[in-house]
Amino acid sequence: MITAEQKPMQEIIQYLAPYSKILLVGCNECVTVCAAGGRKEVGLLASALHLNSLKQGKTIDIKEITLERQCDPEYVEELTSYIDAADAVLSMSCGCGVQTIATRFKQAHVYPAVNTKFMGASLSQGVWAERCQGCGDCMLGITAGICPVSRCSKSLLNGPCGGTSNGQCEIGPETDCAWRLIWERLKELGIEGRYEALVDAKDWRPAGGAGPRKIIREDLAL
Amino acid sequence: MKTESRLEKVLASGAMAVTSEVGPPRGVDPEIVRKKANMIKDHVDGINVTDNQTAMVRMSSMAAGIIIKQMGLDPIIQMVTRDRNRLAMQSEVIGAAAFGIDTMLCLSGDHPKFGDHPMAKAVYDIDSVQLIKAVKDMRDEGKFQGGADMKAPPKMFIGAAANPFADPFELRVMRLAKKVKAGVDFVQTQCIFNLEKFEEWMKGVEDRGLDKQVHVLAGITPMKSVGMARYMKNRVPGMDVPDEVIKRLAGVSKEQQPEEGIKIAVESMERLKEIKGVHGFHIMAIEWEERVAEIVEKAGMYPRPQV
Repeated sequence: MITAEQKPMQEIIQYLAPYSKILLVGCNECVTVCAAGGRKEVGLLASALHLNSLKQGKTIDIKEITLERQCDPEYVEELTSYIDAADAVLSMSCGCGVQTIATRFKQAHVYPAVNTKFMGASLSQGVWAERCQGCGDCMLGITAGICPVSRCSKSLLNGPCGGTSNGQCEIGPETDCAWRLIWERLKELGIEGRYEALVDAKDWRPAGGAGPRKIIREDLAL
Repeated sequence: MKTESRLEKVLASGAMAVTSEVGPPRGVDPEIVRKKANMIKDHVDGINVTDNQTAMVRMSSMAAGIIIKQMGLDPIIQMVTRDRNRLAMQSEVIGAAAFGIDTMLCLSGDHPKFGDHPMAKAVYDIDSVQLIKAVKDMRDEGKFQGGADMKAPPKMFIGAAANPFADPFELRVMRLAKKVKAGVDFVQTQCIFNLEKFEEWMKGVEDRGLDKQVHVLAGITPMKSVGMARYMKNRVPGMDVPDEVIKRLAGVSKEQQPEEGIKIAVESMERLKEIKGVHGFHIMAIEWEERVAEIVEKAGMYPRPQV
């Protein structure tokens, strides 16, 4: 999923300073799972903003709503009946949702309340880690199911650099060396000979090197 | 001969080679480069010029390499894939070759986290193995990475690094095999303090016949003090400094530690010379270039062969 974290309160308050009627929009998808921008976080942020304006001796009117999917125009349409009453929209979804709202409602002042982080997996309760950079040409089939593009700090494709210490990456002991993990898995699977195949320089066009990416499915498009 | 490289000629003659390095300054003064190069020039067959080492901005390795080349010496320019994409690297290789630079080292480079620009975006368009291949494709096939033919290809003697001490150890011979497959001509190893482990790695290199396909230059770093030894053991990624080395340095007075460090380096060289497949030394005297000549002489590697 796409992971996100709430922005520092001060930054959000700064964005909203000129406004008094806020439409605060959560999303039921990824940001709900990573507890950054679902219904619960919308409620918490609304309370915090109310508290802040009380402290400042101001009043703020916040309409809370959580959409099924903010990156989908069909659901964003639900905001139509609230948008005119708001001075600004504060979105708690990833950057895709913020942009879907900004595209649909041309006059709306839209602000992000979270920082979109990475495509990751859940490791344990409350812990998420990056697992994919969307390079557009998946290599997991040759690296035993562990991604060197997203998990090696240098995205090295032909093995570990000389900085690995005690199986950890040179950037710090909290990061596993991806190539140590790949090697261990190749061995476990009895296919360690695969390590020696030279991996050619990657074509980064599918990764975004050819400009912003788009998928067009002729079979689905209307 | 693939190139005009003096290092290639020395190695081809069967003699043990010696290289050392110059770290370019963090400013524009070319005299600093000349001074450091002059300290070591008579005792080496090639002078490595580091490329923004430890991810700190310095005079570019190519510029410093040109200064050294114009002194009539033999620079080995280092190139890390951290700071440039494949366009920039190919153009820099061509530029260096146009100035007569004929020997280079292909590296991935320290992560920006270690330097003074930790906020910089690391490039890593390609890795060090792919850079070896890219330089070889230009030299031997006259091909750019994009597939087009080139006129007047750069004739580079191609080097790389090898670290026998980083994890996973069992992968480290295969890692060298991959660099050989990509077309590397010589490797300079990480500083060797754990000789047993290095010998074990070299045994693996020899078992696979890699010693006949690539020249291994053993990395030597003289310790200035026990403090430096402890720092390298604990703080430098991928470094293996056994406790005996630290004990030995700690066992002499502070004033005597530099001499003891040099003694350890020379003794290591004597022992490494006996290992089949070790074709020379790369001396990394970190901010201690003035002692390189003495180390080379004490190790019985002076004068250098005329080729």
